[in-house]
Amino acid sequence: MENLLEVKNLTTRFHTFDGIVHALNGVTFHVGKGEILAVVGESGSGKSVAMMSILGLLPSPPATIDAGSAKLFTKDTAVDLLTLSKAEMNRVRGRQIGFIFQDALSALNPVMTVGSQISETLVRHLDFSWGRARTRTIELMNQVGIPGAAQRLNQYPHQFSGGMRQRVMIALAAACRPRLLIADEPTTALDVTVQAQILELVLRLQREMDLSLIWITHDLGVVAGLADRVLVMYAGRPVETAPVDTLYDHPLHPYTRGLLRAVPSLDRDTKAPLESIEGLPPDLLSPPCHCQFAWRCPCVFDRCWQDNPPYLEVAPGHIVTCFYDLDNGRPH
Amino acid sequence: MQRYFISRVIQSLLVLAGVLMMVFFMMHLTGDPAGLMASRNASPEEIARLRDQMGLNRPMTIQFFEFAIDVLSGDFGNSTRYHQPAMDLILERLPATVELASISLFISMIIGIPLGLLGGSNPNSMVDYLARGAGLFGQTVPNFWLALILILVFGLHLGWFPTFGRETWRFMGLTLPTRSVFLPACSLSLFTLGQLARFTRSAVMEVRSEDYILTARSKGLSVRRIYIQHILRNASIPLISIVGVQFGYLLSGSIYIETIFSWPGLGNLLADAIGNRDFALVQGIAFFSSFVVVILNLLTDMAYATADPRVRYGE
Repeated sequence: MENLLEVKNLTTRFHTFDGIVHALNGVTFHVGKGEILAVVGESGSGKSVAMMSILGLLPSPPATIDAGSAKLFTKDTAVDLLTLSKAEMNRVRGRQIGFIFQDALSALNPVMTVGSQISETLVRHLDFSWGRARTRTIELMNQVGIPGAAQRLNQYPHQFSGGMRQRVMIALAAACRPRLLIADEPTTALDVTVQAQILELVLRLQREMDLSLIWITHDLGVVAGLADRVLVMYAGRPVETAPVDTLYDHPLHPYTRGLLRAVPSLDRDTKAPLESIEGLPPDLLSPPCHCQFAWRCPCVFDRCWQDNPPYLEVAPGHIVTCFYDLDNGRPH
Repeated sequence: MQRYFISRVIQSLLVLAGVLMMVFFMMHLTGDPAGLMASRNASPEEIARLRDQMGLNRPMTIQFFEFAIDVLSGDFGNSTRYHQPAMDLILERLPATVELASISLFISMIIGIPLGLLGGSNPNSMVDYLARGAGLFGQTVPNFWLALILILVFGLHLGWFPTFGRETWRFMGLTLPTRSVFLPACSLSLFTLGQLARFTRSAVMEVRSEDYILTARSKGLSVRRIYIQHILRNASIPLISIVGVQFGYLLSGSIYIETIFSWPGLGNLLADAIGNRDFALVQGIAFFSSFVVVILNLLTDMAYATADPRVRYGE
């Protein structure tokens, strides 16, 4: 599979009054054309920050991107998104890469009609007239399953239900047929039945428009039914990445294994306590120069306290950053 | 929208009824009008006769309703000093106050809003310090002090502007302001200017950090469109209420500024009326000012509903 986006060694820091927050410490991953990549990890692990860094959406100050590259492959050229000028970046945002935010109520402008919020992207990137943009907006709203689009076009975000608002957000992100859609926990703020509908909708659009999709989530259940590949983040660094089946059947990082164990199953003993990973993630204000997970790791040994583990490709497409070989129960 | 409008109108009417009651009873609390109106060496019998003539011996409620009916027909009684209906005097002075209020509101808007906008868009820059300084200066410096300084510098020293009175310029049947309004308007605009600069700055800073601005940026919109369509539109909503309230306050006339510059407006008239214990006139101006403020607040709320769809459709 050809790659659409290749991110290498992305390093982002926040310069705050308390000191420098090492939010991303050398993040490397890629997304193939038409592929669905799920990014999982707990809050503060750098999932959203990584995506916002790529699109230059972090406020600066306090954020700086200190190292790395993010190559976007278009027809025959590759551009490094991190070196683009503001004007060039504005041609990528919304046009090449669409962003779906978590909470559509706060992510939509409360004093603009939803129609004009979708249309302005079309006018901006595809040089549509406002009239033509309006027609296309109605089509888009129909496509994402908003009934009565021609009337609802003139309504405001607060007049929509949570699920419908998220559909507007999706129509907006996909308006210009971008090549990559980044969805930042788009179902977290919704109730479960609506979550499933939104999930199906995004998958349908992904197939119809032949998009690549990055889906950021906490929910490992969603990941299993959705993704081609999974990237597990911890403390600003990927700890494991693998095709979805491999990851679930054969996780190789103690953190991934802990996460999967922590998902409660329906047939578990209801009297037994819920599984969890002991301890807390490290303070990114003063990150250690050894493995970030060492404190909480059940397999920790002396090497883990000395170095940061490198990316290790244990099988094709299965990369893990760990010194310990879980398969053989001994260090690599 | 219609229901909102009707309920706001009813609220305003209730406020006006309350004002009417306060104006009436407060006048009665300050003493016996007959005693004040009668000549200095009038005998008690004469005062009693006067009180009877003025209907002051009847029950308070009846007096109040009579007063209310008169007010509704625009009659506040005659001024004891000018021997003219109070309403006529008010209407005569109104244009001068409207002129001063509009021009000083205009000055504070064209300086205060851009200053706050620039400051809020570039926090901790030079222009931001200027905006914050202007906000602080405008709200802490008393305007009568500034008025005296302006008179000293621009009136006496440089001689660019007249320091008292109002001159107008008649052109095609319109009465237009001349430079005589400049110094009083500048002094009067100071407070509103500072307030607008401060509120615009904080509104812009708040809106800039909203999620929907991040969405707008993620759509690849130009900086100009983000500012005009997304930031300014949202930041202007809280400003509407400040402009409305401030205009109401300016329209009821500034006693200090109008007195310092001998500006023939309502504030000057009120100062005069209070000094002369001219009850009908004080009542008239007090009620008229409240009326203007209530109407402007009503209009402000209407404007608010137009600018913010969440108010328009909210139940």
